[in-house]
Amino acid sequence: MSGLSRDEVAHVAHLARLHLSEDELTTFTEQLGQVLAHAADLQSLDLTGVPPTAHPFDLRNVVRPDVVGESLDPAEVLAEAPDAEDGRFAVPRILGEDL
Amino acid sequence: MTAGWEMVVGLEVHTELRTATKLFCSCANEFGAAPNTHVCPVCLGLPGSLPVLNERAVEMAMSIGFALHCTVAPSTFHRKNYFYPDMPKNFQISQYDLPINSSGYLDLPDGSRVGIERAHLEEDTGKSTHLGTSGRLHGAQRSLVDYNRAGVPLVEIVSAPDIRSAAQARLYVAELRRVLIATGASDGRMEEGSLRVDANVSVRRPGEPFGTRCEIKNLNSLRSLQRAIDYEADRQIELIEDGGAVRQETRHWDETTGVTSTMRVKEEAEDYRYFREPDLVDLAPDEAWRDRVAAALPPMPGVRRTALLQHLEDPTDAQRESVEVVLDLDLDRYVHGAAEAGLDAATALARTANEVAAAEEGAERLTVEAFVGTLRLEASGQLSATQAKTVLADLLAEGGAPEDVVARRGFTQLASDALGGVVDEVIAANGDEWARYRDGDDKLAQFFIGQVMARTRGQANGKAVVEILRSRRG
Amino acid sequence: MNAIDLAARVRRGEVTASTALAESLSAIDARNDELNVFLHVDRDGAEARARAVDDAVAAGRDPGPLAGVPVALKDNLCTRGVPTTASSRILEGWRPPYTATVVERLVAAGAVPVGKTNLDEFAMGSSTETSAFGPTRNPLDPERVPGGSSGGSAASVAAGMASLALGSDTGGSIRQPAALCGIVGVKPTYGLVSRYGLIAFASSLDQIGPFARSVADAALCLEVIAGHDPRDTTSLPEPAPSLVSHLDDGVAGRRVGLVSELVEGADADVVAQVERAAAALEAAGARVVRLSIPELRLGLSAYYLIAPAEASSNLARYDGVRYGRRVAADELGAMNEATRTLGFGDEVKRRIMLGTYALSAGYYDAYYGQALKVRTRMIEAFRQAYEQVDLLLGATAPSVAFRFGEKTANPLAMYLSDVFTIPTNLAGEAAVSVPFGTGAAGLPIGVQLLGPGRSEARLLAAARVLEVAS
Ligand SMILES: [Zn+2]
Repeated sequence: MSGLSRDEVAHVAHLARLHLSEDELTTFTEQLGQVLAHAADLQSLDLTGVPPTAHPFDLRNVVRPDVVGESLDPAEVLAEAPDAEDGRFAVPRILGEDL
Repeated sequence: MTAGWEMVVGLEVHTELRTATKLFCSCANEFGAAPNTHVCPVCLGLPGSLPVLNERAVEMAMSIGFALHCTVAPSTFHRKNYFYPDMPKNFQISQYDLPINSSGYLDLPDGSRVGIERAHLEEDTGKSTHLGTSGRLHGAQRSLVDYNRAGVPLVEIVSAPDIRSAAQARLYVAELRRVLIATGASDGRMEEGSLRVDANVSVRRPGEPFGTRCEIKNLNSLRSLQRAIDYEADRQIELIEDGGAVRQETRHWDETTGVTSTMRVKEEAEDYRYFREPDLVDLAPDEAWRDRVAAALPPMPGVRRTALLQHLEDPTDAQRESVEVVLDLDLDRYVHGAAEAGLDAATALARTANEVAAAEEGAERLTVEAFVGTLRLEASGQLSATQAKTVLADLLAEGGAPEDVVARRGFTQLASDALGGVVDEVIAANGDEWARYRDGDDKLAQFFIGQVMARTRGQANGKAVVEILRSRRG
Repeated sequence: MNAIDLAARVRRGEVTASTALAESLSAIDARNDELNVFLHVDRDGAEARARAVDDAVAAGRDPGPLAGVPVALKDNLCTRGVPTTASSRILEGWRPPYTATVVERLVAAGAVPVGKTNLDEFAMGSSTETSAFGPTRNPLDPERVPGGSSGGSAASVAAGMASLALGSDTGGSIRQPAALCGIVGVKPTYGLVSRYGLIAFASSLDQIGPFARSVADAALCLEVIAGHDPRDTTSLPEPAPSLVSHLDDGVAGRRVGLVSELVEGADADVVAQVERAAAALEAAGARVVRLSIPELRLGLSAYYLIAPAEASSNLARYDGVRYGRRVAADELGAMNEATRTLGFGDEVKRRIMLGTYALSAGYYDAYYGQALKVRTRMIEAFRQAYEQVDLLLGATAPSVAFRFGEKTANPLAMYLSDVFTIPTNLAGEAAVSVPFGTGAAGLPIGVQLLGPGRSEARLLAAARVLEVAS
């Protein structure tokens, strides 16, 4: 399962909001293909019935009490924003949805 | 609904939970604060921050699960990945294959039952304001984002596609809203966006498999919900009858024009890359915790409705409506108190749904004992209906005991002796009418009651007057 | 000077924290331009802290177990008001409004953070060459890499610029640079040290740990930073373990497994030192057995699916909206894309794309899902091994420090630098790299001791045996 195509890499780049030049697309397709080819050893394993591990430890029900704590100073937060207006974070117009 | 067609509706209801803090951080969960004043590293998704689950939000989610007869089971959190500026991490922490609540149902007042597929916990997004000519996203030059709402706890309640009419959809949301309010998990305010509804609508000819569905957004009231679903079903039927096909898409309801329009077409490219949230651990409430939450749950509207209706024999539509008023205002105790005291439940229901319901916060002053006492005085003929209403109004305004109000208002006189005298005077003054009544014309009783009322300035009891008239007739 | 001795002398008033800091700063001034160890030196902040420590001593208050000890912080640890970049252009100029738990704990113990050290961008790399701000040079041979991703932190301790440093280890990022720089590095049990304030690479694998010039210093530093933190859900529920008091426990009677898969493919000089370490442990009373854990061979493949998958999601937040850099565009999607395209380096892009692919519809089961099952296998294999032995022994890295550019052309070759360290991260267990002898070009070699979760005291006692024997 290492037949990673250029189109797939382009699609993945789009999902990840990355722009690739044609040259980069070629290089990345090749490099990612190599890594996935190395991962092919996993595909050949029969792991039916083996449960997945998403967490090294079996901790459960870790919760905190519903008590209000301190929030940040909005001035300090907005000072880090690339663009802000009227106490809010500003972004350029949003395309792709007619809402 | 066009003949020969059936609509199939499933609803997704998002309800904000009334916790003190957000789902994964200790910022206040408060509507209407100045922008970006309830934000911290966690809900702003700052690098290095980590979520910690709010215990109360879990309990509220479990309450909703129990109230909807769900299986409340061990669950996990997943990340739903997509880019959107309202979402500080560009993923939403939600529940995926193992939601906290699954497989429940909600019984509606019309006797129908709607399945609940799941009711899971997730975090809310921030809120954008779109600057530009229209104030809407389309055509805006710039958007401003406030993250106060980002991370507010939500429970998303997904119904089965069991709903078959817009009216039933409305009934479902109204009943669900009552249930959510009853659990204490939600304030149910649709206008503030703390309860939000998306509708999945498709049409089919009865017996055929489900058709292609469209998801309708922006349903901000029960009225828009009903109108939008009806519009959308008609649109789809017309489309199919004209030889077209429904395209799976998200549609936007416009309340002013009364139409739905395409918002975005579901691409196959939509790929949320769900995976287990590695910063959180399994949520597996044990028996004791679940029992504690279940035990703290008040009776649900469905149970209360049944209890109220069973006092009535063959309730009328008006009485059913009164029951809903009593449920919404939490006034059940008056009706039950009167019925248990052997008084007429219909009268108790009417007085509760009208007089008691009309008095703002009056129920805080009116004890069940005082309410029952007033109705008892009315039933025994010691108070006329008008007097009883006056007494209730005073009790609602000032509290106290009905006997005191009766004394203060001077409603105590006109015991039968005094009333007998008045009746005799009226008979003497209206010989012709008396003769006809004596000969069996019962309709004239109303005439005499009117006369007696006039002479007593309304303080006589109608029933008592009739009894005296009958005794004089011999 | 060692941290333990320095802190003891500061607490006794024999030396001031300010003097210790001045020495640290002059070491930085002497070589930082050449080695590119620190991205930011927080002179004012450090001087204020040192004065506070000295004031406490003068007033008769105990400033804590790390009194006056200059520490270096990997620049993926958030420090309030102090630039924090994760060595990425996308965070250039960002000043976090909060401080990582570990840094708070260091400061509370009297330590003096001197600055932020260079790393591979977002900790993705094994040589510090992927840093957007240039590579760090190995203080022992500036023509060679210090290892990575915590190369700056390792170099700071090796060059005497700080007595202690913190790094983060996702697949070997503390142990491998410790080995290449000739110092001690600890990758603690997952959950032992709070991750709150650590800029995430792969959340289920990341763990913060110390660099030190001695095992005892590493133990003391770990004691200070470990222990439950309510701000990290995955933090173990118990307080910090007692480590310093067990340093001289030795290895008498301990069973040590020399794992063939943990030396397989390593250079001969490295293998020779691991054998010599086995002999040293035996001489100290341990019983060394040779064993094979074939599942460890699957580690690299599983890691390069799991870590990028988590990273692809963790790094989605860098979009130019709330903090860090923005590359302007007239529309949101274009702005997000331009910001990320110019803000991230190639290695970060590679891993984001790899992870996005591994999680995407249609490939999840074959890649990510399968990798999670391999992880289960790995945990089980370690568990079985620890039924036979108390500790495992192997190499930390396949070779001594390599030259710049040697592995940058081929990502897979670079990834292989972590082949011996990755299994511990996948299992969430503990491991230590301790310098043991030298190899090619007289460069240091690190040997790795591995133990089950919460075995830090046992591991550090064994590391101490090797430290004394080397
Ligand atoms: Zn917050």
